[in-house]
Amino acid sequence: MADKKKKFMQGNEACVEGALYAGCMFYAGYPITPSTEIAEGMSVRLPKIGGKFIQMEDEIGGIAAALGGSLTGLKSLTATSGPGFSLKQECIGYACLAEIPLVIVNVMRGGPSTGYPTGPSQADIMQAKWGTHGDHPAISITPAYVQEILTETVRAFNLAEKYRTPVVVLYDEIVGHMREPIVIPEKGELEVIDRVKPDCKPEDYFPYDDKYEIPPLAPFGKGYRFHVTGLNHKKDGFPTNDSKIIEENNLRIMRKVENHKDDIWKNDEFMLGDAEVAVFSIGSTARSARFAVKQAREAGIKAGLLRPLTIWPFPDKAVTELSKKVKAIIVPEMNLGQMALEVQRVSKKAEVAGIHRVDGEPINPAQIFEQIKRFK
Amino acid sequence: MGARYEIRFSGSGGQGMILAGIIMAEAASIYGDKNAVQSQSYGPESRGGASKAEVIISAQPIDYPKATAIDCMLAMTQEACTKYHKDIKADGILLIDSDEVKDVPKGNFKLKSFPIIATASAELGKTIVANIISLGMITELTGAVTHEAIEKAVLSRVPAAFLDLNKKALQIGFEKARELK
Repeated sequence: MADKKKKFMQGNEACVEGALYAGCMFYAGYPITPSTEIAEGMSVRLPKIGGKFIQMEDEIGGIAAALGGSLTGLKSLTATSGPGFSLKQECIGYACLAEIPLVIVNVMRGGPSTGYPTGPSQADIMQAKWGTHGDHPAISITPAYVQEILTETVRAFNLAEKYRTPVVVLYDEIVGHMREPIVIPEKGELEVIDRVKPDCKPEDYFPYDDKYEIPPLAPFGKGYRFHVTGLNHKKDGFPTNDSKIIEENNLRIMRKVENHKDDIWKNDEFMLGDAEVAVFSIGSTARSARFAVKQAREAGIKAGLLRPLTIWPFPDKAVTELSKKVKAIIVPEMNLGQMALEVQRVSKKAEVAGIHRVDGEPINPAQIFEQIKRFK
Repeated sequence: MGARYEIRFSGSGGQGMILAGIIMAEAASIYGDKNAVQSQSYGPESRGGASKAEVIISAQPIDYPKATAIDCMLAMTQEACTKYHKDIKADGILLIDSDEVKDVPKGNFKLKSFPIIATASAELGKTIVANIISLGMITELTGAVTHEAIEKAVLSRVPAAFLDLNKKALQIGFEKARELK
């Protein structure tokens, strides 16, 4: 019999459910394959609950409006794919420095440039960290299952609100477009975090008060007047040339993430206990890897999978520990070697071997199994 | 049924192959007691071009969402048949629209050939339900889901005004496939 709570849903539709569950009330963006279903879903759902949806004139307008929405106190979302993610980079840096909570979903398609709109890719991993200029904090979340897109979108909003910073949800076209049964959680089942608002009088409020690691953020339009700029600023938000203040502020925004990595990191481990060969992978490729790990186990090879759900900050600690225990870490990814370099950077002993593919086709379990066999 | 049962629906954009895949997966996972994942691959055009939808059905949780060794494939066009038939496993089933696929690929699979689109047109006056006839045929040929589950899944996905039409299309599919067994 049909279970009423179980729904058959697409990854992008689950992202909409996650955003709404988290309390998102504002969406601004510009539709782009393969993320369009997120904009579609938000345009249908938000007006029914008193939220606002705006289709802007372009990708830059989309994220800029979402930043404005967030500054008024509304949890805000924008979604895109590679070409749009490139255009949004300026505003991502702005959000980092102006400390504006925001969730940006990037459903990765083939690139560079307009690339392969309907084909999957995982080639924006480095862009999610380094796409915008200057040293800046970066948090990126990497779900692999439809149910997980819902829960991880909620987590992305929680981290954005908690750390007053933009958070990127990064998944490939396969995960975005595939459909699986999911259960929408009841209210209260998942934790939902709201930003800290000031409890002082408006005239005493400083939006970048360095007595806090994460200063409270007042909603515009509620009596608190303050200045927001992409220039280095003082605690009142107005620009400064004071090198001491500039340095302190630049270091503080990094510390927001650096000091809380244990709270931000999240890994899924599969059969790693006695593993001699490990696979490190995200998104649909991690599902392929899980299949290959099972195959390897059936063939008597001690294989396991480390699947990060937070790719930025990079899970240094987990990978370093793993690299002391296994002979090799295999890194399959739909790009020419982005995560593999990071794994290499923090590995102590294990050999690191990448599997890379940029033809718009997924990395299949057989490809991964072949590599695992090399290290048995 | 083994650990994974893999079905590929292929044709050209606009023939409802992705919808057929969604309905099959819902029949298995929402109206049946299995797990199912449906994925798809298509070009930038909304009409034309080779398109495919894949459904993995399993009693266990499903890892890899794409086909690895196909148990049953439907080909509604020559282009899709030529492009996508290679992953059919030994003794798998290839169901083709016999008017569309003239250059039949050779392989170690069971070929089932039937004028699906022409039947939709002749018996129901609407080629648009060819995908639903196909769903009936695949259900009958594979037993991947029950008749009851596929009917519920079809009726929950089609507009209210076309319930009867789709119900009939599904029945035609069951019957025609029975004759092909």
